[in-house]
Amino acid sequence: MSEHVVSPKIYVVILLALLLGTYLTVSAALRDFGPWNIVIALTIATTKALLVVLFFMHAKYSPKRTQLVVMCAVFWLALLLFMTMSDYVSRVDYRGVRYPVSQNFFLTHSPHS
Amino acid sequence: MHRTGELYGQFETLEQQKDSATLGMWIFLVTEVLFFGGLFLTYTVNRHLYFTAFGVGGNMLDLKLGATNTVVLIASSFTMAMSVWAAQTDRKKLLPLFLTLTLILGCVFLGIKYVEYKQKFDHHLVPGHSFDLTYRINHPTPGDSPKELEGERKEIEDAIQTEAAGTPQERLVALNAHTQLYFSLYFGMTGLHALHMIIGAGLLIWVIRESLKGRFTAAYNTPIEIVGLYWHFVDIVWIYLFALLYLINRHAV
Repeated sequence: MSEHVVSPKIYVVILLALLLGTYLTVSAALRDFGPWNIVIALTIATTKALLVVLFFMHAKYSPKRTQLVVMCAVFWLALLLFMTMSDYVSRVDYRGVRYPVSQNFFLTHSPHS
Repeated sequence: MHRTGELYGQFETLEQQKDSATLGMWIFLVTEVLFFGGLFLTYTVNRHLYFTAFGVGGNMLDLKLGATNTVVLIASSFTMAMSVWAAQTDRKKLLPLFLTLTLILGCVFLGIKYVEYKQKFDHHLVPGHSFDLTYRINHPTPGDSPKELEGERKEIEDAIQTEAAGTPQERLVALNAHTQLYFSLYFGMTGLHALHMIIGAGLLIWVIRESLKGRFTAAYNTPIEIVGLYWHFVDIVWIYLFALLYLINRHAV
């Protein structure tokens, strides 16, 4: 198994794609797309990260076992975020008040509440 | 340990040795992903809980400096990738050149980061006793654009309405508390990232010195590849930090 040498042409193309992505994500952030702003920002960030991992870090040309390790990082991070957030977005206290409103200092400590 | 040239005794070929080293580096990077992951999780939870306050915090960052830093870091990743290519194709003069360019771009990034941190200290946006969201509005300096200050004032005024209850003064206290959470995470995450950059710069200085001695060849260039993996990982962390800290809920000034 001989080593794969990635040509500078590919590196230049990836560099241009990353710069284009940065330009797009900044201009998108300055426009109001409502809830879609987050989705656009994270989609572009993930695309950029993917390009770096696949080409700059040679994951595309790596042995399968290395690729498996890369996937593990993504999987464990996704698990961490998904499990924790599924708790936070669905938490309601005994009065039916949603977290974090239920934790609000001025609501919980007011004599009239 | 028995060693022939660059080949350690437990390996049969340099290729096999490089494969193992690369795999080991990736496993280390997985632990790094989870190390930063804890901070990203804390960020996500608090962004969810205090969405508006985090938006106010984000709008107090300098987008131009942040975007410039993103471009600088992407450029440094490119020169790092080119270093790997130069090593693999035995270009003995280009290799230290690309590595030095990477180091310089890394230092430019840290320099810009310093300017940003200095700004936050001047604006009283560092979590702690003297944290004050309205400091900059109340103490404008001649260099501040009135349009930007007006934008900040309106931003805070609107955000106060979303804090749950109380008098306007109490709401401002709550907003200050929640925005401090944002800035704690801002300094924690960008600070940890900057620490990784400094370590990366140290590693680069080491491979530059070794490359000047002519140690790296087409047959043996494992350290370049490994330092490259580390450098690109730090780049990826910044790509996400930039999107999460600077871009979400941004208001055009």
